[in-house]
Amino acid sequence: MGYRTFKELDWPLIIVTLILSVLGILQVYSATTDTKWEGAWEKQILWVLSGLVMMWATAVIGYQALMTQVLYLYGGVIGLLFATTMIGNKVFGSTRWIRISGFTLQPSEFVKIVLILAIARYLVEFVKPSTTLTWGDLAKLGIIVGFPMALVMKQPDLGTSLTYIPILVSGVLMAGLRWKQMLIIGAVLAVTLPIGYHFLKPYQKDRLVSFKYPDRDPKGTGFQVIQSRIAVGNGGMWGRGAKDSSQTHLGFLPVPHTDFIFSSFAEEHGFVGIVIALVLYFLLIMQVVQNAQTANDRAGLYVCMGVAALLLFHVLVNVGMVVGKMPITGIPLPLMSSGGSNTWSVFLMLGLVNGVRLRRFVN
Amino acid sequence: MAQDSSPQVGYRDDPRDFAGKIAIFQYLTVLVFVFLVSGFWQLQVQDPERYSEAAERNRIKSTPLLAPRGKILDRDNRVIVDNRTSYSLLLNRDLINAGHLPAIATALQLDYDDLKAHIRHNNRPQIIIKDQLTRDEIAWIESHQDESAYPEMQLIKSWRRQYPQNGFAAHVTGYVGEISESELDSPQFSDYRQGDIIGKDGLEKQYDKTLRGVDGQQRVQVDNLGHEHHTETTQDAVPGQDLRTTLDLDLQSVAELAMQDKHGAVVALDPRNGEVLAMMSSPTFDPNKFTGRISRTDWNQLMNDPFKPLLNRATQAEFAPGSTFKPIVALAGLETGVIDEDTEFHCAGGASFYGNYYACWRHPPQYPAGHGNISLHRAIRESCDVFFYNVANKLGIDRLAEYADIAGFGHKTGIDLPNERESTMPSTKWKLHLTREKWYVGETISVGIGQGAVTVSPLELAAAIGGIADRGKWFRPHLVAGVAPVLTRTGHFNPENIERVVSGMYAVVNEEHGTGRVCAIPGVKVCGKTGTAQLASNKYLKGTSAGRNMKDNAWFVGYAPEEAPEIIVVALFENGEHGDHAAWIVRDVLKAYFDKKERKAKGQELQTEMQDHLNATNLLAAHMVEAKSQH
Repeated sequence: MGYRTFKELDWPLIIVTLILSVLGILQVYSATTDTKWEGAWEKQILWVLSGLVMMWATAVIGYQALMTQVLYLYGGVIGLLFATTMIGNKVFGSTRWIRISGFTLQPSEFVKIVLILAIARYLVEFVKPSTTLTWGDLAKLGIIVGFPMALVMKQPDLGTSLTYIPILVSGVLMAGLRWKQMLIIGAVLAVTLPIGYHFLKPYQKDRLVSFKYPDRDPKGTGFQVIQSRIAVGNGGMWGRGAKDSSQTHLGFLPVPHTDFIFSSFAEEHGFVGIVIALVLYFLLIMQVVQNAQTANDRAGLYVCMGVAALLLFHVLVNVGMVVGKMPITGIPLPLMSSGGSNTWSVFLMLGLVNGVRLRRFVN
Repeated sequence: MAQDSSPQVGYRDDPRDFAGKIAIFQYLTVLVFVFLVSGFWQLQVQDPERYSEAAERNRIKSTPLLAPRGKILDRDNRVIVDNRTSYSLLLNRDLINAGHLPAIATALQLDYDDLKAHIRHNNRPQIIIKDQLTRDEIAWIESHQDESAYPEMQLIKSWRRQYPQNGFAAHVTGYVGEISESELDSPQFSDYRQGDIIGKDGLEKQYDKTLRGVDGQQRVQVDNLGHEHHTETTQDAVPGQDLRTTLDLDLQSVAELAMQDKHGAVVALDPRNGEVLAMMSSPTFDPNKFTGRISRTDWNQLMNDPFKPLLNRATQAEFAPGSTFKPIVALAGLETGVIDEDTEFHCAGGASFYGNYYACWRHPPQYPAGHGNISLHRAIRESCDVFFYNVANKLGIDRLAEYADIAGFGHKTGIDLPNERESTMPSTKWKLHLTREKWYVGETISVGIGQGAVTVSPLELAAAIGGIADRGKWFRPHLVAGVAPVLTRTGHFNPENIERVVSGMYAVVNEEHGTGRVCAIPGVKVCGKTGTAQLASNKYLKGTSAGRNMKDNAWFVGYAPEEAPEIIVVALFENGEHGDHAAWIVRDVLKAYFDKKERKAKGQELQTEMQDHLNATNLLAAHMVEAKSQH
């Protein structure tokens, strides 16, 4: 397989990825200096470096080979999720992490990769060209996604479980639905979502409400929304720089190196800084989409679009939360937020995309 | 690669419109990013000040450094009103959690509804909700003010105004309290803010701008847990200026003691410059209860007290002067030529004017003969009413009013205390103006003995008689030391006429039959005049059973020395029945003044003697050194 050379990788994608990763590491460094998270940036370098290796490996192995093994992968992550519920670490009232020889892993992050592959395989294998999805297909896809989703929700980790939805939606829409089906699904959602709201945990409801009315309880659930908005606004046009970003450095910003890393970035680098960062994210997603367009097969297309949809969802929800336009769901910003599992899962996804690129001229 | 086992299917021949769907996704991505950038635009570009200020409020914990008010001192710089350090609890508005308030209210024994209203009505970022905290309350606050409990609480050092015990000089010092809504609305308080402590009465009110300091502020950088990092700036508090008054604590104490258990007022002035040496009003109140916020029960008790303890009787109570008015009538009579030194009237214990009978205080059946034939000197000495009825009748009300006006009747004295009342001197014009009715000559008669419509406060009486004692110079009374005396009016009188009146007043105290003999002090030439004034509504009251009020008010005005007066004292003893009951009080104050003067002179003598002695010793020592060196 001579075409699988380094040169054939998607270098624009990798360069943007590297820039964002470096921005992330710098921001983690700046935001955690003199805090209890001091040293998180060093770990983040490790995550990124190992992530790059994983990305390359995934690209080389290729999405097609992985799709053939998707049943085992699916079974594996479900097993891990069950293991998490049984032996996982409870942090902030939620059991999301599992300890494996000194590392803490968050299995729900890896579910994303498996779901991207599983949906792609289902759509390629069971949906014939020139047809649209049947209700039976929708039900089966729903079960494939719904099962791990339910397990993750039970942890409880609503935010991560919601990230599975864009993967499903992207796959379904790409494969095609009839208008009638779309209308019925829309109607069903309109009825069931308000009912679903009732089954949310009180703190989850609070978060949904407090992003709209943060001033109702400024010291309670609205606190994070308010403090994040203050941090962003405090940055102004040019930013406060790393020294004068008081919201970040005096602890007013909650977790300034993970979920709220973009707040602290916005405080230090201002509007100019965030526009540059957002342009990079835009380029990243567009590059993934470009790979979908040039993919050699439907599977590659589904994989790339699944990755693009997931990344867009992450950016929308995380950055929207930072500016107070989205509820607090606790999902990280890809590439910038500090954290091993999340960083790895992003690099794995980009590995899948690179794999699609490597194989674009086959056949 | 195992092509057969992998589900590869090309899509370029697939009729589904993937390209279109991808384009839709691209547009959607653009929309998402525009949406996100617009969010940052709103926060960072449109309204960055709002958020940088909020960040500043997060970052900076500012602690008010409260300035102490100036002290109030007596003329010898002895402290009358002082400050004591205390602790106050402040709530930071940004951090207030409504759920915490009931617990805070309970712990500090505050009324929850009051507390809520207080916070709602106050618009400052930091609200002092309780001062003068007890040791237990401070301990409770210190153990609960951390982030996990009640982070809105902040303990600050403050000052508690400390007034003398038992309402000593309370009407002069006044008291302080929190600025009220209505005061805040008025333009004169434009530079005051909600929650400020201001003078509410007395000198505290009059000289609030002098006494109050400028609060400072300390700004400390804190983190989200409230831990202090470093002090950014400190703006020190500027304490208020001390206020030195003309009061003499020794005289004030004597006056307070003399009036114990009596209702009324005492005023002591220096007639040469208007300095107020002592001023008291009884019953009194405890200004310490007002510092900060007075409790409702205390306030109601003060307001509903029938004897009105908050009223400064020395400047705000207007009573008929009674016979203390006679020196003015006498002076008017002499100056206009209506009478002279030898003019005699016959007192048969009363006389009839215009068909009405007017009694003398010396009247049948107790005194069947009245005063008999009587002239000016005796008339003042023995306070013959009939004599002064005649003088007033001959003068007519308007000529009498002219002289009373020079003495200050019908005016405020202009003392530096709030809410002084104006004395009243009737005249034809006055009556026409007030009632649109003409003056009846019969009304003049009782004005001649200081009854009828004429009213005066103790301070105004002291100023009026003090001007005569000072031979026709009236100075504006004042309480603050170190200001130039203000001459308000000068009477261009025949000096002989003044001496005649003064000699009558000297006789009151020093001659046989004088009505004020109890006021005599050996070695001091005291002059004086008694007054026994019926209450304005006496006629009505005497028909009712309001026992206490039926008694007349006792006045005494005394000054000394006769030729060059240094001090004039007025005592008003409400329901004291007769003027000589007030004379005791005046005597005590006068005596204290002259005793102190003597003590001072002796002390100075002693000091001079000691200095001489010291000089002599030094000289001797110098000689000895000199002698030694010569050997």
